[in-house]
Amino acid sequence: MNEMIKVGMADLNVCVSPNAITTLGLGSCVGIILYDPIRRIAGMVHVMLPDSTKILNNDNKAKFADTGIDLLIKRMMEIGADRRVLIAKIAGGAQMFAFGNNSDMMRIGERNVEATKIKLAQLGISIKAEDTGANYGRTIEFYPENGSLLIKSVGKERKIL
Amino acid sequence: MSQLDLNQLDNMQYDVLREIGNIGAGNATTALSQMINSKIDMKVPKVDLLEFKELSDIVGGAENLVVGILFTLEGQIEGMMMFMMDMAAARHLVNSLMCDGNNTSLEFSEMELSALNEIGNIIAGAYLSSLSTLTSILITASVPYMAIDMAGAILSVPAIEFGKIGDKALLIETEFVDDDKAVNGYFILIPTVDSYGAILTSLGL
Repeated sequence: MNEMIKVGMADLNVCVSPNAITTLGLGSCVGIILYDPIRRIAGMVHVMLPDSTKILNNDNKAKFADTGIDLLIKRMMEIGADRRVLIAKIAGGAQMFAFGNNSDMMRIGERNVEATKIKLAQLGISIKAEDTGANYGRTIEFYPENGSLLIKSVGKERKIL
Repeated sequence: MSQLDLNQLDNMQYDVLREIGNIGAGNATTALSQMINSKIDMKVPKVDLLEFKELSDIVGGAENLVVGILFTLEGQIEGMMMFMMDMAAARHLVNSLMCDGNNTSLEFSEMELSALNEIGNIIAGAYLSSLSTLTSILITASVPYMAIDMAGAILSVPAIEFGKIGDKALLIETEFVDDDKAVNGYFILIPTVDSYGAILTSLGL
């Protein structure tokens, strides 16, 4: 591995082997990794909200599950990825605080995951691995070299998906 | 209610927001100081308009382990308030409160978690009541919600609320430091855009 490319909140980036790509401290946001296993090109987007059509201020496309995935595919194709072979791995969508009855705020992580799955299904991209939900944060690292996704959480064993 | 564009705040508005942070956090710091019977200094509050990707840097990096106590605000000001501190600070506060100076465990017992919640409750109450008095606006806070996790993960919750209305988060942030540097934490007030308008209007701006 040469370089670790960082993706911030409401941000996306692409990465080619032998580099790796990471996003730190995913909470209720969802980290979506798309991967072209033949060319070893990966892209990651860190989305905060499920649906751009329900929000007026939607200039930042990487903020939403629907537009974020579209933009990520576009950026990956620009550097040579093949749209038809893409697979996905997703992580995040936790519920960080045990809110009482405020349903909208409570379910945001879950809704982000749902929206991500719907969008990927529409595009015909299959989800090869996921680590979503629960109530803890995750740092994720993806290695295009072998397609592995490393998930680190506080007080938990590292997972490789 | 004045419509506010977060990207076009003038210096006067920044100053007022900074002063709100100053008064609120001043009261909260006093409450905290009395509770643990130790002198606590407060730094000059910062008012920052941050992009989401910069957000977690303010508390020492996205992976930094912190205790976050979150309140949702209702009434005439809506939004969230968060009190964040690192693990060492939380341990120090709990030990001071429970007269258990030698405990260095990074795990908190149920009793200690409850004590942390109460610390959050008292200081958020002090912060908000001073803000309420200043602006004559009624602010009601929820019960405290606590999480112990990576700073980035905890901050994602208020960030998402901000994400619904814009691409940046406006934070009124105050850092406080104990004499021996053991307590180091942040108050972060995150009103909705409309509520910023309400605060500024109530103060005649």
